[in-house]
Amino acid sequence: MEKFISYTDTVVPLNIADVDTDQIIPARFLKSTDKAGFGDNLFRDWRYNADGSLNNGFPLNDTRYSGTILVAGDNFGCGSSREHAAWAIAGYGLKVIVSSFFADIFKGNSLNNGLLPVQVSPDFLAKLFEATVADPATAVTINLEEQSITFIGGKEHFDIDPYKKLCLINGYDDMDFLVSRLDAIAEFEKKQAVL
Amino acid sequence: MKKTLFDKVWDAHVVESIPNGPSVLYIDKHLIHEVTSPQAFSELEERGLKVFRTERIVATADHNTPTKDQHLPIKDDMSRRQIEELTLNCEKNGITFYGLGHPYNGIVHVIAPELGITQPGMTIVCGDSHTSTHGAFGTIAFGIGTSQVAQVFASQCLLLEKPKSLRVNVNGTLKKGVTPKDVILYIIAKLGTNSGTGYFCEYAGDVFEEMSMEGRMTVCNMSIEMGARGGLIAPDETTYAYVEGREFAPKGAEFEKKKAYWDSLKTDEGAEFDKEYTIAAEEIGPMITYGTNPGMGIKITDSLPKSDDASAEKALAYMGFTGKQSLLGQQINYVFIGSCTNSRIEDFRQVADYIKGKTKAGNITALIVPGSQQVVKQIEAEGLEKIFTDAGFEIREPGCSACLAMNEDKIPAGEYCVSTSNRNFEGRQGPGARTILASPLTAAAIAIEGKIIDYTQNLN
Repeated sequence: MEKFISYTDTVVPLNIADVDTDQIIPARFLKSTDKAGFGDNLFRDWRYNADGSLNNGFPLNDTRYSGTILVAGDNFGCGSSREHAAWAIAGYGLKVIVSSFFADIFKGNSLNNGLLPVQVSPDFLAKLFEATVADPATAVTINLEEQSITFIGGKEHFDIDPYKKLCLINGYDDMDFLVSRLDAIAEFEKKQAVL
Repeated sequence: MKKTLFDKVWDAHVVESIPNGPSVLYIDKHLIHEVTSPQAFSELEERGLKVFRTERIVATADHNTPTKDQHLPIKDDMSRRQIEELTLNCEKNGITFYGLGHPYNGIVHVIAPELGITQPGMTIVCGDSHTSTHGAFGTIAFGIGTSQVAQVFASQCLLLEKPKSLRVNVNGTLKKGVTPKDVILYIIAKLGTNSGTGYFCEYAGDVFEEMSMEGRMTVCNMSIEMGARGGLIAPDETTYAYVEGREFAPKGAEFEKKKAYWDSLKTDEGAEFDKEYTIAAEEIGPMITYGTNPGMGIKITDSLPKSDDASAEKALAYMGFTGKQSLLGQQINYVFIGSCTNSRIEDFRQVADYIKGKTKAGNITALIVPGSQQVVKQIEAEGLEKIFTDAGFEIREPGCSACLAMNEDKIPAGEYCVSTSNRNFEGRQGPGARTILASPLTAAAIAIEGKIIDYTQNLN
């Protein structure tokens, strides 16, 4: 996994609440057996019209917004546990998602793929939407070490699980840790068998 | 310290805890299917790792399996390839696989309980958000992502922060025609789709105590729809009676020993929850959804609430509804009775009981999709097949089917489908499809009438 320390870019504003993973990547695109290629179908039914033409009204298609930070409405990533949603977002080239609330499984999936979910207050989110729409060149900086998100109109501290933060900064993941504990796990199984 | 049911099961599975960090939680059963496992097997290979405990994994094919002609090769190339890959991965790693045609094949959350794989006090995971279903047995069961599927393959464990605790109490007597599906749709509508985020939810009170195992599964299945990682109900005599005698359940003295342990799992009197709600059974009515998330539900006799924000407006526009209208009389053209929420024998008995001697409305296409091969057999053995076909319902072969439309079972754009599944998201049942969630009984009544009605008046 790539190390994540600090990141600055412009944003794509997606001001919709309760975006579920069926919208991020519809079920009919889950048939691939590898992790690549999902970016092409990110927000498929919103990005394209029914006839296959580009929906110019959708923020991802709006040429004013070319950044790699997605700013989304409350309760982002609810619904299905499909990690394909995180692969689609990362595969499209987005690096950070900012919202006032993330669904649990989606948050975990994102972190496991080096995609940083930054949870901010509803006030901060509203200001960020406002600033970005007024000036699409608004740059946002996420500093993971100091757990801060900054743009010209404000700065806020965000929370992240200390263990997950350590993983992202060092570029290692849960798998590395768990595999290092196989002996302890086998010991536990012996004890559990007594139950 | 007084402990909750969740605490007891959790504590019994903690291998070790990282100071100020997550715990290593041992997983008793890992259920897998074709959609969320291939990349996990690849990851394992890329890292040069082996499956740690093959005997704790059970695989089935369900998400994009056809519901017609399952004996023939799957027509859709990508669906076929995904199932072939699962078959190969299971063979290579020595994992039990109930593929198409196997008498144990079916929806992952239907087969594990009916085979006795799901047992009280366990930790169960699956790369599927509706793993919460198994909580009906007093298990900690939850959906995981594919990276976590790979982690469980490699270590039979997951690194997890302990979630917060929530209890929803429903006491009293349910009104006639109110089913477990209505109870959970009501809870979600009342509390909201993210009320449970960060929590594991215990359902308590006499409504759940009196509920059948299959009803409890329906309730726990939809815990994820209020954002909770899982829901659970304390095991009791109803649970033990359901588990006993099933294929992979413990037998004889072993069963009795387990039962004594399972009995100790109840939440201690006075144990504290981080959040608690209490609902009176009498306030619940038959429910339907009107919007594009499962929290947008109303009693069938109520009018839509006034929409108060842009997201709600967007949902109503998608559904073709306008503010404050009643849905009674709304014409419906599709009815889907199936999914891991409501495709068990009890659901079909209830549908058969209502439609017996009646015929579906001419405008309705009604699909019956059993949850498993075993449910198919029960439908046949109990003579329900004839009731369905006489009424003009079409019985299909088992699978997830039109719940998420990964196979051919799609609802056309713009059409309304009353569905017993768990999600009414935009495009869930096919691009542009409009889904109204309801109980099997409601779906049956609407199939007969061709439009949304208050059928409780017809109940004896």
